[in-house]
Amino acid sequence: MAGPSAFTKAAADTSSSGISQTLFSVAWARWRSAFLGLLIPTILVAAWEILVRLGQIDGSLFSSPALIVSELSKLIANGALLQHLESTFFRIVAGFAIGVLAATLLGALTGFSKLGRQLLDPLLQSLRSIPSMAWVPLFILWLGINENSKICLIALGVFFPVYLNLMNGVQNVDRKLVEVGLATGFHGVQLMRTIVLPASLPAYLVGLRQGLALGWMFVVAAEIMGASRGLGYLLIDGEATGRPAIMFSAVILFAICGKLTDSVLVGLSERWLRWQDVYKG
Amino acid sequence: MAPLAGCLQGLSMLRLRKIGKQFENGTTALSEVNLEIAPRAIVSVVGASGSGKSTLLRIISGLEAPTTGELFWHGLPIDGPRRDIGFIFQEPRLMPWLTVTANVRLGLGPIQQGKGRRRLSLLHQKASANSESLAHDLVSEAIRRVGLDRFAYAFPRELSGGMAQRVAIARALVARPSLILLDEPFSALDAVNRLKLQNHLLKLWETDRPTLLIVTHDVEEALVFGDRVIVLNGDPGRIKDDYLIELPRPRNRIGPEFQYWKETILKSLDPSLV
Repeated sequence: MAGPSAFTKAAADTSSSGISQTLFSVAWARWRSAFLGLLIPTILVAAWEILVRLGQIDGSLFSSPALIVSELSKLIANGALLQHLESTFFRIVAGFAIGVLAATLLGALTGFSKLGRQLLDPLLQSLRSIPSMAWVPLFILWLGINENSKICLIALGVFFPVYLNLMNGVQNVDRKLVEVGLATGFHGVQLMRTIVLPASLPAYLVGLRQGLALGWMFVVAAEIMGASRGLGYLLIDGEATGRPAIMFSAVILFAICGKLTDSVLVGLSERWLRWQDVYKG
Repeated sequence: MAPLAGCLQGLSMLRLRKIGKQFENGTTALSEVNLEIAPRAIVSVVGASGSGKSTLLRIISGLEAPTTGELFWHGLPIDGPRRDIGFIFQEPRLMPWLTVTANVRLGLGPIQQGKGRRRLSLLHQKASANSESLAHDLVSEAIRRVGLDRFAYAFPRELSGGMAQRVAIARALVARPSLILLDEPFSALDAVNRLKLQNHLLKLWETDRPTLLIVTHDVEEALVFGDRVIVLNGDPGRIKDDYLIELPRPRNRIGPEFQYWKETILKSLDPSLV
């Protein structure tokens, strides 16, 4: 009796180890890319910490990672960080929303209508060639150093990539698909909504991502030019008070926030463009 | 005689009078084309590439305006695309972001697209609910007729070339148009699929017999379909010959009469050939 039972037990052992092996390889595949992505940053951070501690790097210019973490946790503990994040996010969300709304209306119009393009595009293109930072003093003059001028600056930065991508996207919609709509009686707004806009969605989403990236750039500019809150203010404050750890904290937070908001758009793109028949590499 | 002439005019659903088309670059695609098409007929148009046959279809569909001449649809001038004229293109031209069902639904035109998008009075809501279920029935019926029930919710990228073209046929049939224009509808398919789809389309035609106007460069295809075969001469496009083909259906592709007509039409296309 002992023979067979030992045999089955052994068999069960091998199969369960087989299962755990497969589970392991699945988990490994999933974490492998995350691991590879984090490998070099981890090594760099460790080297940085060690070199600061050994006195090889000047800690008053390059705060040690441990100091940055402790400064960050202080900011979290006293609630200041949350306030800064709130301000910055409010500005970027408001600026992005206004910029995207204006760019969507104008981009759809100039892409779809030749008359609209002839009337508006030269003007918008020439406004685009003004370096955006040149607007800063004017916005301050017109709107004052307050939320309005900041949000306007961000909206301006967001506007152009979204506008250009949508206009080009609409203009480059396959004529053959538009003809299908025309032949079945679609025209004007209905044609736009049913065929032209969905067909230009991929270009539009690229525009949104580029717009968001510029939005983050402009939020820094806006907060540096005069603010009492926000991540950009944190950066300037760190500089003024000689605390590089604070400056590093702000920079790291910008990186994290930018990446997170971009991932949201990437996620939406993947969802909305599932119909695309593309080579994913 | 006058009343009789009136009756005869009533018989033609589509009338083209001295249609000419000149493109902006100066080339003349069509010149002085006169054509009358009776209801429930199948008319094939053959011609070499560049003979203006696609342009002719695009003018009838309303996608392009003629430079000269007039078109009449049941006696009234045509000034743009109409829902009772369907169009099947050379390529399927499906919207890649829509399922098969939604693509076929496009054939019903703009008013049937909203799914409870509009807020209307209660009475209107009831009416729109009725038209919604009617639209749904028409669409699933059209998909069933082309044999794609199992793919009703597939996306175009999941379909083969022949299946995609069948979706395009369903999209053209769904609104039950009385005239369907076909621009070399099978030329992008392989030989087997072409034969299958030709037979399938003829079978679909049998049920409610819409008028078909098929443009093709394939003489055999023209003869399999046409009650009439019109030969277009290129540069500029004019009607050269207009043959009445009185062969029984289904057409026997290897019968001697079929071969006779094939030779006659080829000779008309290019006298140096035969």
